[in-house]
Amino acid sequence: MKKINYSEITPEKIYNKRRTFIKSIGLSAGSIGFATLPFMKQALSKNDNKLTSYKDITTYNNYYEFGTSKGDPYKYSQSFKIKPWNISIEGEVENPINMSMEEISETFLSEERILRLRCVEGWSMVIPWMGFSLSQLLSKVTFTSKAKFVEFESVYDPEQMKGQKYPVLNWPYKEGLRIDEAMHPLTTVVTGLYNKKLPNQNGAPLRIFIPWKYGFKSAKAIVKIKLVEKMPTSSWMWASPREYGFYSNVNPDVSHPRWSQATERVIGNDIFAPRVKTLMFNGYGEEVANLYTGMDLKKYF
Amino acid sequence: MKKYFKPSVFFLSLVPFLIIVYKIYFNQLGPEPVKEITHHTGEWSLIFICLTLLMSPLKSLTNLTIWINLRRMLGLFVFFYATLHMLTYVVIDYRLDFSSISKDILTKRFIFVGFASWLLLLPLALTSSKKAVLLLKDKWKKLHRLIYLIAILGVIHFLWLVKQDLTKPLIYTVIVFILLLLRFRFKKI
Repeated sequence: MKKINYSEITPEKIYNKRRTFIKSIGLSAGSIGFATLPFMKQALSKNDNKLTSYKDITTYNNYYEFGTSKGDPYKYSQSFKIKPWNISIEGEVENPINMSMEEISETFLSEERILRLRCVEGWSMVIPWMGFSLSQLLSKVTFTSKAKFVEFESVYDPEQMKGQKYPVLNWPYKEGLRIDEAMHPLTTVVTGLYNKKLPNQNGAPLRIFIPWKYGFKSAKAIVKIKLVEKMPTSSWMWASPREYGFYSNVNPDVSHPRWSQATERVIGNDIFAPRVKTLMFNGYGEEVANLYTGMDLKKYF
Repeated sequence: MKKYFKPSVFFLSLVPFLIIVYKIYFNQLGPEPVKEITHHTGEWSLIFICLTLLMSPLKSLTNLTIWINLRRMLGLFVFFYATLHMLTYVVIDYRLDFSSISKDILTKRFIFVGFASWLLLLPLALTSSKKAVLLLKDKWKKLHRLIYLIAILGVIHFLWLVKQDLTKPLIYTVIVFILLLLRFRFKKI
């Protein structure tokens, strides 16, 4: 296994110091725009959760394009080319667009968003992402009346992504959201973490992150965002519809055939640390539960 | 030479256990340590099942009885690693939360099968002494054929628990299949 340079780890300490500094001058500081959103104040205050270490966030990944072991994405993604990179927004829109990564970084200001990640396998992290709301990006296009869902398509490049040479999933990776889910301010376009550029193994140059859904919903290395009329079939639904539903909201009451979802292990804790209770919508119920009013979440899992 | 063979195999068989102890002590288990211990002990249980099943074919091939002398010890190592595996799940992962554990056993088929194989190992471990062999006579042989069933349940446990990439459990399935097939052949000859 390759070793992580010490220089890669240190920013975390400086980073944490900086965070306490920001805290000490008060959360109302204009620099953290995210905290000024009413729903995020609560999310931050609840965040007694310790940030997961930079090392764990960047070496323990599910990213099957680079291999199915947790260490594979770190090992095999370092030479992955993310320049040039274009993202198209198309489908049921009046004005399909194609933006380069440079244009996106110039147009949208990334802010720090500390969000919890809950993997369907029963583990969780707390990650200081850098990003902005997907709704901002989607505001660049005008939806037609037929647009009901958003489909995300990840890059397909088996030459660079050795995992795509095997039919583990139906490549390219696809995910989807209902429009109202996609437009929710918590649905984040991620461009970085720990105040640094997004590492390749975490989905560089651009991924989405939906904190109230299981991790696999948050597609990485996105090249296409398509507005569609019918509910898209995600790669995991394709692989096993019995196990993975379209919604995949974090829900301790709906058990997965393999993993009980009632509890989770916090990444970075030692072996004697107990499991912690999983929260409905991963703790973001106050912000997102109204999206699902009247829905039977056991049926629409 | 012969004198040292069995003790050396004994110490070699302890190596996977020592690796885990070392990794716990020096904090080398990675971000999800409990899962790491669970997988390590689980896989070594399967490896020892395969090794145990390999002994009588080896005896037939080489005409040496030394393999049969090893068989019981290797079988007990199956029980040792399977027990560590089960205890990791029950004690370290679920901290003796028996309501969650029993719910898991009843609703998750791979846990059901895994737990069943551990239960089936119990009578084999308990009747492993020379005394028991003499006492049970013909019945002992019949009883210890349970290891074939345990081997099959063991690979099913592995096949059912993996998420998507079946490569590794399929390798074990093929190995167990071949080892069981060899028995049919030797019986007929």
